[in-house]
Amino acid sequence: MDVREIICEQNKVYSKSKILTDTTLHYCPGCSHGVVHKLIAEVIEELGIQQRTIGVTPVGCGVFAYNYFDIDMVEAAHGRACAVATGINRLAPERVVFTYQGDGDLSAIGTGETIHACNRGESIVVFYINNAIYGMTGGQMAPTTLCGMKTATTPDGRDPKLHGYPYKITEMLAQLEGVCYVTRQTVASAVYIRKAKRAIRRAFENALAGRGLSFVEIVATCNSGWKMSPVAANKWLVENMLPFYPLGDIKSVGE
Amino acid sequence: MTRIKGAVVIQTEQCKGCGLCVEACASNVLTMSVNVNSKGYVYSTSLNPELCIGCASCAVVCPDSCISVYRQSVKEERD
Amino acid sequence: MNCDVRLMKGNEAVAEAAVRCGCDGYFGYPITPQSEILETLMALRPWTTTGMQVVQAESEVAAINMVYGGASLGRRVMTSSSSPGISLMCEGLSYIAGASLPCLIINVQRGGPGLGTIQPSQGDYFQAVKGGGHGDYHCVVLAPDSVQEMYDFVAEGFDIAFKYRIPVMMLSDGMVGQMMEKVVLRENRPRKTDAEIVAECDSWALTGRHPNRTHNIITSLQLQAAEQEAVNLQLQAKYQAIQQNETRWDEYHTDDADVVLVAFGCSARICREVVDMARSEGLRVGLVRPITLWPFPSDRLGELAQQVQMLMTVELNAGQMVEDVRLAVNGQVPVCFYGRMGGVIFTPDEVLEQLKQHL
Repeated sequence: MDVREIICEQNKVYSKSKILTDTTLHYCPGCSHGVVHKLIAEVIEELGIQQRTIGVTPVGCGVFAYNYFDIDMVEAAHGRACAVATGINRLAPERVVFTYQGDGDLSAIGTGETIHACNRGESIVVFYINNAIYGMTGGQMAPTTLCGMKTATTPDGRDPKLHGYPYKITEMLAQLEGVCYVTRQTVASAVYIRKAKRAIRRAFENALAGRGLSFVEIVATCNSGWKMSPVAANKWLVENMLPFYPLGDIKSVGE
Repeated sequence: MTRIKGAVVIQTEQCKGCGLCVEACASNVLTMSVNVNSKGYVYSTSLNPELCIGCASCAVVCPDSCISVYRQSVKEERD
Repeated sequence: MNCDVRLMKGNEAVAEAAVRCGCDGYFGYPITPQSEILETLMALRPWTTTGMQVVQAESEVAAINMVYGGASLGRRVMTSSSSPGISLMCEGLSYIAGASLPCLIINVQRGGPGLGTIQPSQGDYFQAVKGGGHGDYHCVVLAPDSVQEMYDFVAEGFDIAFKYRIPVMMLSDGMVGQMMEKVVLRENRPRKTDAEIVAECDSWALTGRHPNRTHNIITSLQLQAAEQEAVNLQLQAKYQAIQQNETRWDEYHTDDADVVLVAFGCSARICREVVDMARSEGLRVGLVRPITLWPFPSDRLGELAQQVQMLMTVELNAGQMVEDVRLAVNGQVPVCFYGRMGGVIFTPDEVLEQLKQHL
C-alpha cells in the first residue's frame, strides 16, 4: 500500500501541541530548549490547564519562551523568576505557575530567590535548564560548567582554582522542607525525552494538588556554545554531563 | 499477519536541519535534503518512507515540532 | 458623621490603609525606620479578613519582584522600605515601569549614602524623581507631610497607579513614618473580585488565556531599536498626560508673599512654622509644598517667580529639589537653598535665621 493512505486524522499519533504558537523558535538548530518547551506544552494540553497556567520566563535564551506558549506569561528580571512566581502564586493560588530558567539565571544570579521560594514551599513548578554555559551572551562559564570545559571566559578550560567548582543546586534544594519533588532528567534522546515528560507531568500534578514546590532539572545541550553539531552535543552530554549530573528522582514526597 | 505501517509529514519550511530526527530514526527512513528551504537550511526528508513503523521517535526529538506521525495496522497476505 | 479616628504612627497608618483600601498583597523586608508597616500588617492578619496576602520576603530584591508578579495579575500590590532597601529595589522598579505595571512603593527615607543612618532624611529625592533604576522612566512620587497623608496616599496612590498603569512611590521619611498623629480612617474599599479584575485589566493582565483573547504577555524586552523607541514614546505620552492631570501642591500665605519657601514632606511642616514666625516679625513669607514631586509643580513656581523677590528651598539633604525649583524659576529671581544632612533636622529658628541672611 502507499504510505500516503496512512496519512489521515484518525491515524495521527504525534503532532505539534496546540499549546505551542505558530511562531518559529529563535533557538539554534538542535537546541534542547525546543524539546523542553514541547514537553511542557504537551503536559499543559493533556492536563487541560491552558487557562489556569501562568509561565514566568527568565533572562537568557529562554527569555522569549512567552512567544511560543499560548498561555499568559510574564518575563522576569535576571534570576528573579521564583520571586515573581511567588507573587503570582500567593495572589492567585488557583493558578498553576511555572518558571523556566537557565543555569546562570537560577543557580548564579538567582540563587537566593530560588532557595527561598523552595524553602517557603510555594506551590509552583520550577524548570532548571542546565546546559553548563551562558548561551545567550555568547558561551561564557556558568556555575554548572564542568571542570576543564572550555567557554568564552574559560578559554583554557574551567580551572577550579581560578573559577571555583561546578555545583549541583538540585541536590541542595532537595534538602529543603518546602520542596515535594526534585528530579533530574535530560532530553538527549527519544527514550530520555519520554522519561522527562513523565517527570514534567508529575511536577504539574503536584502543583495542581498543592503539594509544594516541584523542581525539574533538565540536563541540556548548547551545541552552539559547545561548538559541536547537535548530534555530537547530545552524545557529549551523555558521556560527560551525565556522570557528574546523574539522572533520576532525588526527592519525592506525597504521591 | 498484521504489520504496523507508519508515515511522517515534515514541515520542511519550519525545519532547521539539525539532523536529530535522522539520528533518532532506527528504521533509516529519514535523511537530510540536498536542497535548502527558504531560510537556507537543509531539511529532513523521507528517503525510505516504506520502512516507517510510526514509532514517532523522530517527532519526539524534533526541537521545532516539525514532524507529524501517522500509524496504521495493515493486514498483509503471507507470500 | 461617624468616622474612625485614631492616634497612629505614619507607618502604622500605611498598614491600616492598605487593608482598608482593598490592597491584595504586600511584600516586604524589614529595615529601620519602616519595619512597623510589615509588623502591623502581620498583626492585623488581613488574610483572615479581606483576603489580603502579606509575605516577608528574603530581600528587597525578592520583595519588589513579588510585587512585579502580583501586579502582573492586575492585583493591587505594594511594598515598603527605607533608602538602602529602595536602592536594591531599583532594578525591579525599572522593569515594572518598563512593563507598565501598577503598584505602590513606599520609601520611609533615612540618611545616606551607604548604610548611612536611621534618622530622617530627604536624600533620596533624586533617586525617586529622576529614576533610580535604569532607562527613561518615571514613577509618580507623592510626598506626605503628615500621618493622615501617609494613610490617604495609599488609596490615592493605587488610583493613580491603575489609572495610568504606572508605579507610584510614596516618598516619606523617618519623621513622618515614626511620629504619631490623629488619623481619620477614611473609606473602606473591598478588594476587587476576580470578575472585576477581568473587566478592568483583561486587555493586559495575566487573567488566564481564555478563548476570547490571545495570550497576554508582560515584558519590558524589545530587541529591535525601533520597537523599543515606540515603547519609550508611549511611556512619554503617558508621562505628559500625568504632568497635565496629576500635578499637586499646597500653598500657605503665598498671596502677598515677597519670599516663598519651597519644601516637601517633614521639611514643609517645619517651614509652615517658619512662615508664621516670619510673619509675626512683619516679613511677608509664604510656602509652596509640592505634594507630587514628579510631576513637579514647575508652572506654578514659574508663575510665583514673577510675583516674589526670592525663593528659598529647604530640604533635609545637600540640595536636590532646589535643582527643579531653579529650572522652574528659570533665572527670573534668585533661588537659595538651606539644608541639613545625615539625619540632622533643622529647627524653625535656624531656617528663619538662614532666610534673614538672604534678605
